[in-house]
Amino acid sequence: MAQYTFIASRDPFESRESEHTMSLAGELRRSGHEVTVFLVQNGVLGARKSSGSQGLSKLAREGVRILADTFSLKERGIDHARLEDGIEPAELDLVVDHLAEGRRVIWH
Amino acid sequence: MSEKKKITVSIMDGPFENARTVTALRLIDIAARRGYDITVFAYEGAVSLAFVKQTAHANAVHGRDAAEEDHPLPREWIAALLQTATANGGSIDWINCGLCVDERGMSEAIPGTRRGSPADLLKAAEAADGTLIIGTR
Amino acid sequence: MAKRILQIIDAPYRCTIEEQDDPAIWITHAMKGAGGEFGVLLRASAVNYAVKGQDASGLSFGDRKQTQPMRVEHELARLMEKDVAVYVVEEDVKERGLSSGDLLPGVRSVTRAGVARLFGEFDGVWHW
Repeated sequence: MAQYTFIASRDPFESRESEHTMSLAGELRRSGHEVTVFLVQNGVLGARKSSGSQGLSKLAREGVRILADTFSLKERGIDHARLEDGIEPAELDLVVDHLAEGRRVIWH
Repeated sequence: MSEKKKITVSIMDGPFENARTVTALRLIDIAARRGYDITVFAYEGAVSLAFVKQTAHANAVHGRDAAEEDHPLPREWIAALLQTATANGGSIDWINCGLCVDERGMSEAIPGTRRGSPADLLKAAEAADGTLIIGTR
Repeated sequence: MAKRILQIIDAPYRCTIEEQDDPAIWITHAMKGAGGEFGVLLRASAVNYAVKGQDASGLSFGDRKQTQPMRVEHELARLMEKDVAVYVVEEDVKERGLSSGDLLPGVRSVTRAGVARLFGEFDGVWHW
């Protein structure tokens, strides 16, 4: 089984494609792969608890690790206490870790 | 002793246009501080990131002169990253795609960068522990 | 043996007039020529790249005519001639009012759910 990391940079409220990519992440997880979604830039706008964040919470319950870049959160004034359930703040270093480990890191 | 890690990153955005540039440079910064060997393939608009003639300016809206405004210049960020990588025992091979350089007239790039081709991206990706392609929209 | 890479393209017609090509398709040709092994997945509106009958010719700016407009379907056909498989996401095709008859011969269809399986056929996935 492979390890996938999706760097989700797009505003989920603007792009339907974000939803499709998250579906793909879920599909890969259900296929038995280890999957991480790392929200960065406007991708973190979907991390604040809202009607639009529930899809990510569902993914987290399915075993996808959902992380949000601490700098992007701070830049947008998103308090960690207001993150959707299942989403953790994380440093961008983790993406470099995953690249160095040879995981399949895919920018979206 | 563990082998030094190698990563390859390809970018496409020019300066001052998109947050992807900053995220890419943040990733490169992290890898440079760790002493990795990093290949950056600057494709399309990204060949302008290292252009020598980027110039800082004052900002009347901010009420700051040029020194106070201290406007970021990606060419300075890249120069600093090149130094950081070397200082930590690693390297950055910053490659500007040659045809992209030609069509944009961006032939004057900072020292430490070089002209290359897609074959360089392929070669670097084959040798890397991990490769990240950051496209554009 | 070269790693097999799946090139994902989903943002079409961004700079194709100025570049006379799509940069992701162009670089796939270039790297294939340098010995790489690739597949191409067109998703979202990039599935339109596989539509037959596109014509970007006829532009001029002042008296400067464009003499070599992009011919993306031709470039995809050339990739397939070089044994680069070109896939389209079936649902993206249908949502855009297209059917397989509208597309270049040889383009392979994959469902959204099947993309995950397709990833497994490649050593790496690069999203342009």
